[in-house]
Amino acid sequence: MKQAMTPEEIKEEKPYLDWSLTEHEYDYICDKLLKRLPNYTEIGLFSAMWSEHCSYKKSKPVLRLFPTKGKRVVQGPGEGAGVVDIDDGQAVVFKAESHNHPTTVEPYQGAATGVGGILRDVFSMGARPVAILDSLHFGELKNNPTMRYKMEETIRGVGDYGNCMGIPNLGGETTFDSCYNGNILLNAMCVGLMNIKDMEHGKAVGLGNSIMYVGAKTGRDGIHGATFASADFSKEHETQRSAVQVGDPFMEKLLMEACLKLILKHRDWLVGIQDMGAAGIVSSSAEMATEGNAGMKLNLDLVPQREPNMSAYEIMLSESQERMLLCVKKGHEEDVKKIFKDYNLDAVTIGRVIEGENYVLYHEGEQVCDIPVRSLTEDVLEEPSKEIKPQYIIDAEKMPAWRPSFESSGETLKRLLNQPTIANDQFITQQYDSQVRTNTIVKPGSDAGVLRIRHTKKAVAMCTDTNGRFVYLNPKIGGQRSVIESVCNIVASGAKPLAITDCLNYGDPNDPEIFWGLRESCQGIADACRIFETPVVSGNVSLYNENDGQAIYPSPMIGMVGLIKNTDYVIPMHVQEADDIVYLVGKTTADFAGSEVQKMLQGKISGLPEAPNLEVIHDYLKNLHKAMTQGLVTSAHDLSEGGLAVSLAESVFDTEFGLNINLSEFDKTLLFSETPGRLIVSVKPENKSAFESLLGSAVQEIGRVTDQRKLSIKLANDELNTDVASLEKIWKESISCLMKSKA
Amino acid sequence: MTTIRIYVTYKPSVFDPQGAAITDSVNSLGHQEVKNIVVGKFFDIKLDEDDQDKAKQDVKEIAEALLVNFNMETYRLKVLEEN
Amino acid sequence: MKIAIVVFPGSNCDIDMYEALNTVCHAEAEYVSYRTKKLDGFDAVILPGGFSYGDYLRAGAIAQFAPVIPAIRKMAQDGKLVLGVCNGFQILTEMGLLPGALKRNNSLQFICETVKLQVKNNQIPFTTEYDQDQIIDIPIAHGEGNYYADDATLAELEKNNQIVFEYYQHNPNGSVKNIAGICNKEGNVLGMMPHPERAVEEVLGGTDGLPLFKSFLKSGVLA
Repeated sequence: MKQAMTPEEIKEEKPYLDWSLTEHEYDYICDKLLKRLPNYTEIGLFSAMWSEHCSYKKSKPVLRLFPTKGKRVVQGPGEGAGVVDIDDGQAVVFKAESHNHPTTVEPYQGAATGVGGILRDVFSMGARPVAILDSLHFGELKNNPTMRYKMEETIRGVGDYGNCMGIPNLGGETTFDSCYNGNILLNAMCVGLMNIKDMEHGKAVGLGNSIMYVGAKTGRDGIHGATFASADFSKEHETQRSAVQVGDPFMEKLLMEACLKLILKHRDWLVGIQDMGAAGIVSSSAEMATEGNAGMKLNLDLVPQREPNMSAYEIMLSESQERMLLCVKKGHEEDVKKIFKDYNLDAVTIGRVIEGENYVLYHEGEQVCDIPVRSLTEDVLEEPSKEIKPQYIIDAEKMPAWRPSFESSGETLKRLLNQPTIANDQFITQQYDSQVRTNTIVKPGSDAGVLRIRHTKKAVAMCTDTNGRFVYLNPKIGGQRSVIESVCNIVASGAKPLAITDCLNYGDPNDPEIFWGLRESCQGIADACRIFETPVVSGNVSLYNENDGQAIYPSPMIGMVGLIKNTDYVIPMHVQEADDIVYLVGKTTADFAGSEVQKMLQGKISGLPEAPNLEVIHDYLKNLHKAMTQGLVTSAHDLSEGGLAVSLAESVFDTEFGLNINLSEFDKTLLFSETPGRLIVSVKPENKSAFESLLGSAVQEIGRVTDQRKLSIKLANDELNTDVASLEKIWKESISCLMKSKA
Repeated sequence: MTTIRIYVTYKPSVFDPQGAAITDSVNSLGHQEVKNIVVGKFFDIKLDEDDQDKAKQDVKEIAEALLVNFNMETYRLKVLEEN
Repeated sequence: MKIAIVVFPGSNCDIDMYEALNTVCHAEAEYVSYRTKKLDGFDAVILPGGFSYGDYLRAGAIAQFAPVIPAIRKMAQDGKLVLGVCNGFQILTEMGLLPGALKRNNSLQFICETVKLQVKNNQIPFTTEYDQDQIIDIPIAHGEGNYYADDATLAELEKNNQIVFEYYQHNPNGSVKNIAGICNKEGNVLGMMPHPERAVEEVLGGTDGLPLFKSFLKSGVLA
């Protein structure tokens, strides 16, 4: 055999072009790296490892913009997940990953395996996963039964996997926009906890040490998933279902418990451990060898296989789920087998660390690959990309700012609360177990999810935020505003922001306008992360999110984690007591470009969103957090989609209270402006002066909490007077009504 | 070798929410003539046993021990043709 | 009182039960493996929630053949306390220690929310610390919690006062007669879909589950 083509035939027929490897790259591999023609298996490995998904060849220059260091950062990007010190020898471990293409093609399995993959990244570090968040972006639900079906399936996929694993879902976000009609975004984030001393690495080192395979058997599922994820997406993919993997959360639960037992109880047996994610065995093993500066020899006949007659290439590239690769100290193979046996799992030695720096594979008795490890992992040709600032952005900079016009603020608020992106997403979140393992202090539906750390006074807060509309209108400003929203969410819960992970979801980077947007928005994210002192510790890039040439909004997702040192000062989003004073934190301007009210009234978005003053926002948010830790703040809620009026309403939903707000110097349109960096907070009257002296001119007293279930807002040119119950009904029923509709 | 297929469904007296949901959506596709859809599952069990009656007896035991919950489910079985 | 918490492959509320008993109630509970064949020395056994064996056939169906099951059966026969929560309840019905079965929720969706329950029988060892007809808030989290039993069984349950908890005002899953939890005739085996172990600390949202554990522990002291 067993090679489907000879090296010469490959050179002639160029099958690699179908696997997204260019002729230029092929020549480079032949002439510079191998100095010979690669065989079929080898070129298959190159095409997978050099895909954007594995190599980041397009996005690398952009990723270098991010600040990745900080005094709490224990492990930045490059490992399974980022690790951030939270004192007392403990760390939070987190990462987010996109599974957009699989979810678009097969929503249930795509979503489920997206969750499964990110969990493995976290527990491979030696951390126990303690929370899942999901950032979902769908097309419009109205008159779109297919999208409704895809949404139901996606949610069921996220839910079934996490619920079965027994890991609580702490939130995330769901937005709806027609730009996602042909390309759903599913970004899953996992947060884990560990003792820093237990940290593991994905590395293989030490001559003669064994490479062991654990978990599910290898089948032909998901072959070329990595290149699939890096290719433009069109109708023909609807038939490519074989590229989607099937998840088995029960297997993953056993695998997780077994791996954690091995890591935590027997770390002296273990050299390294890594998830077999994108590009399966090849990427995990080659990365481990690279990390350990070692050579590696694998015998593919020893790989547990679910299907007969798999080729070397298929075995290496399969993306079968629930598999891990270990490097085990020589002599401890049987010990490791026994640990996995206790969980009814097989652990099999499939190779070992060898001298030199080559990656050598045997299949059916023949050597099928012998190439330098680093040629796969590090020698990838970075591709300089062309960029052009899109004309629509240049035009927008010159256009007069758009302002909404409407009769009644009350009616506008009602319509906004009915927008699916703003409406209550309990329809989704109640399908996820948010309380299992009994640490959840703040469940989904608030600004950030909050989880206590058992047997300590500490808690961690976490959220995800995506602002595709602002990023589309101005990538740099949009990038900054995405981080600001995350910071506000984390601070609203009473936490100090620590660090972020990201999923960079964009269209085809070969389009110079899209690449420009990618670089600009990452610059914006980087700027904000520097000011807010929230380094990027992990992340993922998902390009080619297009359908029949139509790109999504550039949609970087920010996943942020914060620390609360004392659970007594976890701040709820709802007001708590009548007569408390309501403050607006941050300045409100006429900032409507990309706002929900613009989308609702105009049917499209346009204009230039305002550039935020990051330093100013950072200063007052630090002071607000200080006020919280001094017990001066009773409740806090971030202002985001829909602006002030929506947040005021949300702060009294599910309570017995109302609000009496006086904004007599506000034009009524300002109620719906989306100026970033704002929150509403409530403060007990006795804390008024202490609070004001800390926050100074950053806050404005705007009214009081009442025990009447009414929302009253006095404005310069309108007065809003509505009973809270009717607002709440609209907000709560919007999504489930849409899901039930027949049209 | 004998292969036996076991079909497991809810008893007729038990409400089948999945079946009802699918019936509903088939109706809304315009197929008003569809009155009821029953959702169930089947298991193909391959036995190293040539005596079909003996194989059926084995499978009945398996079904009644594990595959079927008689509180709500019922089953029937058939011998599949060898191929 | 020594309590065993059985860990099946796929159990995931085991730690919640352990912490509720040991950390919050200062009781003496320990994990036992599904492979254990003897439960000698334990006064009570708890089957926690989760997805035993992935719930791949029917929730709880495969667990009924685990090695530990005969020992649980024996404890039930000996009059010791047996509590099954969520997946544990499903296992108890599959084992036949409790009548009826649990079907998929009517909505066909997994549901996680806090619901109101009414205590319909405060005379069994698990409920003495509640008032009769007391309304309590307890979280649920399940996809197959829709209790079903035929009419004859229901009549029997009612006659023997075996319905312990009912959903109050809002039935989340379609259970017949709003049933959320039932016991055996003798009252020493309780199965319930809601999670009392999730309602034992104010910081997590409520403590209405505490009286269940207090009743349980008190009965052990008296026994």
